[in-house]
Amino acid sequence: MEGATPTETMIVASARHLAGERVCFVGIGPPNIACNLARRTVAPDLELVYEAGVFGAVPERLPLSIGDPSLVTGATSVCSMFELFAYYLQGGLVDVAFLSGSQIDRFGNLNTTVIGDYSSPKVRLPGSGGACEIAINAHKVFVIMPQSTRTFVEKIDFRTSPGHLTGKRPAHWGAGPSVVVTGLGMYEFDDDSGEMCLTNLHPGVSLDDVQQATSWELRVGDHVSETPAPTEQELRVMREQLDPQGIYTRGG
Amino acid sequence: MSAAVADLVRDGDVVAIEGFTHLICFAAGHEIIRQRKRDLTLARLTPDVVYDQMIAAGVCKKLVFSWMGNPGVGSLHAIRRRVERADPAPLELEEYSHFGMVGRYMAGASKLPFWPLRSYYESDLPTVNPRIIEISSPYGDETVYAVPPLNPDVAIVHVQRASSGGDAQVWGLLGCQKEVAFAADRVVVVCEELVDDAVVRSDPNRTVIPGLIVDAVVVEPRACHPSYAQGYYDRDNRFYVEWDKIARDSARLSEWLDDWVYSLSSHQDYVAKLGEERWAQLTPTERWSQPVNYGRYD
Repeated sequence: MEGATPTETMIVASARHLAGERVCFVGIGPPNIACNLARRTVAPDLELVYEAGVFGAVPERLPLSIGDPSLVTGATSVCSMFELFAYYLQGGLVDVAFLSGSQIDRFGNLNTTVIGDYSSPKVRLPGSGGACEIAINAHKVFVIMPQSTRTFVEKIDFRTSPGHLTGKRPAHWGAGPSVVVTGLGMYEFDDDSGEMCLTNLHPGVSLDDVQQATSWELRVGDHVSETPAPTEQELRVMREQLDPQGIYTRGG
Repeated sequence: MSAAVADLVRDGDVVAIEGFTHLICFAAGHEIIRQRKRDLTLARLTPDVVYDQMIAAGVCKKLVFSWMGNPGVGSLHAIRRRVERADPAPLELEEYSHFGMVGRYMAGASKLPFWPLRSYYESDLPTVNPRIIEISSPYGDETVYAVPPLNPDVAIVHVQRASSGGDAQVWGLLGCQKEVAFAADRVVVVCEELVDDAVVRSDPNRTVIPGLIVDAVVVEPRACHPSYAQGYYDRDNRFYVEWDKIARDSARLSEWLDDWVYSLSSHQDYVAKLGEERWAQLTPTERWSQPVNYGRYD
């Protein structure tokens, strides 16, 4: 089988982080594939929550959108969006949520609103969707996004979803971003400084590569390990079942 | 549909065609375009392709939303042209998060002055939208954010089945169909099937909108394409992917509007033009729920 693309490695590494998790709030795009991959590999008991109002989704095909009919058929519960956000998310039932963004800073604050100035943007991005309340209320957040100097920036143009702010979050919020997975490596956040810290390099990626793709001077953990390459089984599930047209996984 | 839109949608109105991915009434959007309504404020959590089409057609001056994209595909290019380059005209934006928009409908439906939620802390959203306001709890030190009620002039809500009196039943993703209907001044229910009152009464838990608040019932099967109606037809993901290419090019988009909206007289023409083969591909196999016993208490 052909080797993994950076995007595929990113998705597989994110999926593996869901081992042992129970209730997972699924976002659109790569997180959608990662969560469904996890349910078919390392986390068969994972309860998938979709903001459209689904708890315990068991989609038989990869939903292109996060409002697909396959999320409903066979699910444990379908509820109003109000109930989903108020009772499940704000009520504290979500263990982990996946978020993505167009820009992230060293403290895990995310921008999905605009590139450039808000009132005359260079690029108008989708906006918050549920991300702002998810970032605040989920017990923890996994971030999954491509890495380059355009995405890993010193200062984000707009703070859509708060991460570790400038170092510390209020104690009564969820714990915030705990892991960032990119096409190059993985990061965790330092407990004291709230700053992103490299923990893993994906196969074939050097320390220099990740620094070149980061706009600030990257903190590097004491023990940086190499991410185990995606297995044949993980690649097969992703390519044959979840994204047969390669819409997400073979872009990067 | 033509009569309902002519009677109930007026230039300058705040219009909400809701439905979260599911039950988005594209046929109503197309009819609004055909009738060349103007200066509308369009509200929806996710503007989706339907508002990209309406905004490209020039019916809208302002958009109230929480996530603008082509779900699973990318951008809404007609909207982006207007926001980024005022091409061909500027578009005013009023932006919330999903929970904020849901809260706005909740406040609107329940005649409250605001809805409180735990969101927006340390986000830049309140700085660009002064209607999102931090307030103190009257019972302690805590603060929450308030969003104002949203009471659309018109809500257009698609449902699977309704009685002629407008009692409407939905299954699958519920989105904000119920909340937007109760919040709106005028309500149009569009249904896949018109059913006897007895069918509605056989399963009252499934009724999300009572005819009491409904101004018009339109029977318009397959009105959601390329969105979907659970159990009736699938989401046409191919169309959403194709729309990305169409909408990137404003000339191609205009051509699409000519071919699929302006030159057709009704949604029945659209359904026929799409062709039976496509509809066959979009028809799911059956999976019925188990009936429940409500009991007789006479």
